[in-house]
Amino acid sequence: MTVEKKRVSVTANGQACSAEVEPRKLLVHYLRDDLGLTGTHVGCDTSQCGACSVMVDGDVVKSCTMLAVQADHSEITTVEGLGTAAELHPMQQSFWEEHGLQCGYCTPGVMIAAIGLLKENPNPTEEEIREGLEGVICRCTGYQFIVSAVQKAATRIQETGVNLNSQRLVGEGTQND
Amino acid sequence: MTKMVGSSVKRKEDARLLTGNGNFADDITLPGMLHASVVRSSSAHAKIKSIKVEEALNHPGVVAVYTGKDLEGKIGPIPTSWYVPGCNLKEPPQYPLAIDHVRYVGDGVALVIAEDRYTVKDAAELIEVEYEDLPAVVNQKEAMEEGAPLLHEDIENNIALNWKAGEIPEGIMENAEVVVKESFYVQRVFPSPLETRAAIGQYNPGSGELTLWCSSQNPHIHRMVLSEVLGISEAKFQVIAPDMGGGFGGKIGVYPDEALIGYAARDLERPVKWIEERSEHYVAANAGRDEYIDVELAGKKDGTLEAIRVKNTANLGAYLSTMGAGVSTIDFGMMVTGSYDIPYAESETFGVYTNTTPTDAYRGAGKPESTYQIERIIDLFAREIKMDPVELRRKNFIKKEAFPYQNAHGLVYDSGDYEKPLNKALEAINYEELRREQEKKRKEGKLIGIGFSTYVEMCGFGPSEVVGAVGFQGGTWENSTVRVHPSGKVTVFCGTSPHGQGHDTTFSQVVADKLGIPIEDIEFVFSDTKSVSMGWGTYGSRSTAVGGAAVSFASDRVVEKAKKIAAHELEVSENDIEFENGKFQVKGVPGKERTFQDIAHSANMAWNLPEGMEPSLEAQYFFKPENFVFPFGTHVAVVEIDKDTGEIDLQRYVSVDDVGTVINPLTAEGQVHGGIAQGVGQALWEGAVYNKNGQLVSGTLMDYTLPKARFFPHIESDFTETPSPVNPLGAKGVGEVGTTASIACAMNAVVDALSVYGITDLEMPLTPEKIWKTVQEKEGNQ
Repeated sequence: MTVEKKRVSVTANGQACSAEVEPRKLLVHYLRDDLGLTGTHVGCDTSQCGACSVMVDGDVVKSCTMLAVQADHSEITTVEGLGTAAELHPMQQSFWEEHGLQCGYCTPGVMIAAIGLLKENPNPTEEEIREGLEGVICRCTGYQFIVSAVQKAATRIQETGVNLNSQRLVGEGTQND
Repeated sequence: MTKMVGSSVKRKEDARLLTGNGNFADDITLPGMLHASVVRSSSAHAKIKSIKVEEALNHPGVVAVYTGKDLEGKIGPIPTSWYVPGCNLKEPPQYPLAIDHVRYVGDGVALVIAEDRYTVKDAAELIEVEYEDLPAVVNQKEAMEEGAPLLHEDIENNIALNWKAGEIPEGIMENAEVVVKESFYVQRVFPSPLETRAAIGQYNPGSGELTLWCSSQNPHIHRMVLSEVLGISEAKFQVIAPDMGGGFGGKIGVYPDEALIGYAARDLERPVKWIEERSEHYVAANAGRDEYIDVELAGKKDGTLEAIRVKNTANLGAYLSTMGAGVSTIDFGMMVTGSYDIPYAESETFGVYTNTTPTDAYRGAGKPESTYQIERIIDLFAREIKMDPVELRRKNFIKKEAFPYQNAHGLVYDSGDYEKPLNKALEAINYEELRREQEKKRKEGKLIGIGFSTYVEMCGFGPSEVVGAVGFQGGTWENSTVRVHPSGKVTVFCGTSPHGQGHDTTFSQVVADKLGIPIEDIEFVFSDTKSVSMGWGTYGSRSTAVGGAAVSFASDRVVEKAKKIAAHELEVSENDIEFENGKFQVKGVPGKERTFQDIAHSANMAWNLPEGMEPSLEAQYFFKPENFVFPFGTHVAVVEIDKDTGEIDLQRYVSVDDVGTVINPLTAEGQVHGGIAQGVGQALWEGAVYNKNGQLVSGTLMDYTLPKARFFPHIESDFTETPSPVNPLGAKGVGEVGTTASIACAMNAVVDALSVYGITDLEMPLTPEKIWKTVQEKEGNQ
């Protein structure tokens, strides 16, 4: 039962990447195993936990719920496309300052989901943040410091005028296909 | 220099975790690496009639298939690590793969190894196992009954252990003015680290060395146990815990799967990776709690408590897990009097085998259950004698002057001032006003509840002689080496094994203060058996109280030696040197000094050392604590129940914890929040459910409720600080307090709200459906 592999080409964090994959391969495994972007994690097998959240063409997507072939020609942003240790993205900086992470396993997905939230609602209330993080699960923090991190990031992004659509590698919106 | 201990230093470990540069088990890829999948029993109880593996073996890309029979005589059974004495403990063998008899859904029956992660799953599907089903029993009380299906032929009534402690003199219970009885069930829940379990084995056929990367809270225990199981010298066996996506007790256990991966890597002479799936995790990884607790609390009408009798019937699952025997006995039973001066106590535990996944430690491990029963029953006692629950607690608190205090079971609580956090919490919620408001709203027909938990817990495992006496197969002391490089930069090794707690940071704060160097100059090495001398890992809130203490002592030794070198170089007596802010200064002679870095260089060069002194600047300390540590505190929850929907609105949650000296207020608060989320989670939402046939019906995150952000209000947390005399840091433990306190706290609030109906107990979790039905029934009856 050899299955013909398909070539999947994406722009991941601003870089053109390509690999041949089985049509059934999940996007998250393509990112992790083929592109080496291991910052995105898998926490469940039923699309509940959101640890695998990435941006595909500017939208937050659970990458365990999408096939790699469906992402062909898209622009993908993972945690590796936010900031670097020397120059953290405002979301990362806020998570650091507010202690928004403990084990750090859910964190990449949570930060991506939070950026998605701020794109839609740049100045959310505490309640809106809690509601807006419906798609992600953190087992360590009890969420309180995640909420304060997102609040701080919102303020910081507004103050510094960072454009979430153009900040480094966060997707520019659909332009392919 | 500003003191580091006590300040909210931002975490050192975060830069890598925030940028996707963590190194979790599944991030590790080795040349020629194979992938493994464990085929698991779909039957809760059955004889294996046959296993057909040919089709899987012939599947392209499959390298090997092992069954239990293939491994007979090659890997030993996985032993428990806690032989609780005096309880007639019966440990059935747990083979890494079942040989001819499966005892729970999830019991491993075959191991498949293939070239990639998709192929191995395909091949696992091709294994055909024929079962002859046997009757199953999932409930421990039913399993103890005559005629219940037997899991292990020679274990009568499925009783694994019957443990007792303490004796209440005759007449006390019988003649008491008031005896309040209740039966509680602390349901089975899943620790649920967001990263499932994982193992990667790599064997070097030339050297005979085996390396196992393993998502473990205690790699040295894994090495100790698995070296026996696999028949390999500890000196040729390295266990490394890479970055871990949480543990919460679920990764203490030494599991069959980890032994299998080590075995397969050695057998195939190729690296093998196994990453557990979430739905697999819920059937195969140890669960927590699952204890029926019957309590009788006796006292006087004026509220003086006299005696407590507790019986725990605990579900151990199908086999005895690593700490399985200790959780419901020692951890639970020795602390049943809680924070109260109750002269007499009697604890009894039955541990029972059932056709379910084994249970083991889960955040708090016995302490949340113990706290649950005492904090719940004291509320009911207060109701019975019509006393305010806070007043009853205060009346029976162990007094500040009584410490060190020996409880009815002989445990000596190190230090405490229980009024302090209580008063702070009462002030935070404005208690009297809150009660008045509750009264007012009750008159309007609203269901408002206020719940308390004034807990104390035992942690900081622990004094070796004591843990040995209670049968634990470990030393639970801790070890640290402080290595000073020629530049003055420092690498510190420690035998605890953090997985989210932030010890890189908090322990660095300790070292920075001791050595007077910037925190950036300090790096920590944990979780690697080849680098770190023997250590005992992270569980039981022991890391700071025991590991952090070892770090502190080892740092002292470095300073002690460095001081001698400085005195020698400065040609003064050691007594003339004072060490402050990283400088060895001749007293009263400004400028006559050596920096820590100067001495680091001198020591490593060894050009001019005091006579007879060994070169280098490095010290190790093995710290064996004299006692456990006993953090305490007060939690308060305020709830309102919607009669029409049964929904519980958690309106306020206030925690005031005393965990001794707080090293880092920010990370300590994070630990408390996380603990509360898990405890409130157990009270309100989480529950593992088996059907009668032993099928887990809550086996995915679609069926098992892990709390989300919107479930919680803003938690109002605070601390008081009563240092522990047991270690030089004064630290107790903060990892488990939130969970230990909050299950009872949330329940007490809901039961208080429903007390208008005369309700004394409900079974957790308090789902809206359950509450709605209860309210409807009671309203209908009125």
